[in-house]
Amino acid sequence: MSVRHALLALLSEGPKYGLQLREEFEARTGEVWPLNVGQVYTTLQRLERDGLVEAVDEEAVEHDPLNTAPGAPQKAYRITFAGSDELAEWLRVPPDLSSPPRDELVMKVLIAVRVPGADVHEIIQAHRRHLVQLMQEWTRLKEEEADYDLPFSLVVDAELFRLDSVVRWLDAAEGRLRRAEEGGMPHNVDPQVSAQVQRRRRRLGAYQ
Amino acid sequence: MNVLELRSISKVYGRGAAEVQALRDISLTVAGGSMVAVMGPSGSGKSTLLTIAGTLEEPSTGAVLVNGQDVAAMSGGAKARVRRRTIGYVFQDFNLLPGLTAAENVSLPLELDGTSARRAHLAGLKALEDLGLGDLARRFPDELSGGERQRVAIARAVVGERSLLLADEPSGALDSVNAEGVMRLIHTYCKRGTAAVVVTHDAQLASWADRVVFLRDGRIVDQTVPPPGPESLLEQPS
Repeated sequence: MSVRHALLALLSEGPKYGLQLREEFEARTGEVWPLNVGQVYTTLQRLERDGLVEAVDEEAVEHDPLNTAPGAPQKAYRITFAGSDELAEWLRVPPDLSSPPRDELVMKVLIAVRVPGADVHEIIQAHRRHLVQLMQEWTRLKEEEADYDLPFSLVVDAELFRLDSVVRWLDAAEGRLRRAEEGGMPHNVDPQVSAQVQRRRRRLGAYQ
Repeated sequence: MNVLELRSISKVYGRGAAEVQALRDISLTVAGGSMVAVMGPSGSGKSTLLTIAGTLEEPSTGAVLVNGQDVAAMSGGAKARVRRRTIGYVFQDFNLLPGLTAAENVSLPLELDGTSARRAHLAGLKALEDLGLGDLARRFPDELSGGERQRVAIARAVVGERSLLLADEPSGALDSVNAEGVMRLIHTYCKRGTAAVVVTHDAQLASWADRVVFLRDGRIVDQTVPPPGPESLLEQPS
């Protein structure tokens, strides 16, 4: 998650103080990702170093109740043209969606197939139950709160769809295993698989 | 109070070589005010379970109790009354009658049950309004979107204070926003005291339920554990 670009986005609305940025960041991300103020200032310093934001005089900033304490020196920042370009570019660049090198759940299921005495269906069901329970908790949160909070519902939806896709993979895996058990598909990889296919599989991150 | 109780239900179709065991030793209780989802792949017995719970079919062995009463011990007339007055059904394809308005569709079950047309109409309007659907009352099914049709179908299923709502993939034909609307409606309605059983293969729909039961090959193989509430913190030994 890019704190850097989130701060640029907030500054694209006008100059702001550090504390104000933290508050607004948390509010707009449904308060799911807490951010400490130190992180905000470190990020601002780096953005300033890279010429993406610059410090401004205090008068230029819309008055904020968080900054009323006398003697609290607060630096305000605004976005530069280079910063706006950087933000526009970032919004369009696809994030890294490649799966982790060894997805732990995929590994567990692959290994469960081979371990003597392990019941792969029971193991799949244990993971499915755990995932559905997590989904119930998110759904409960959505039911209670999301009506009033658009960023929060967007975050909860993302989490639910992510967990749902894992459950669907488990369902598909179970279906495949059943067909294999009924004699449709061998468990073992054919040793004659050509070198080319092996290379392609390794590139995809498949495990053999 | 358990609105629905299934005691060791089994269901066998056919005989001999053609015998199919659709359900095996299913026990399930659903209390008023709670929603249970039955999750399983195609062919796991979900729909059979629902038709037996709805008294539309009889189990081969075991007992079905609705509001504490054994359905098998009821006369044909009493069973029909339970079907008409106590149980509401929601299907994936809505099943609204095209020639009737939303309000007429909703009041139809009451009219068929002998309520006067005027009283049935008032009850139908009330059911629609309770679910926030009052604006749709005069529209015909082909003037409603898929999500609206299913919400009207839910109003029809609950009209006249039913205590048990049974739904088979109720949002299967809808996009995710409308599906959520339908599940939200069912869950909201449950919290007023109705018991609901929803069968689905979809984890997002199932996650609206208070409890999820997993069905495989006609057997309950697992169920979710309710998350610990604040009470559980008080019960911890010091």
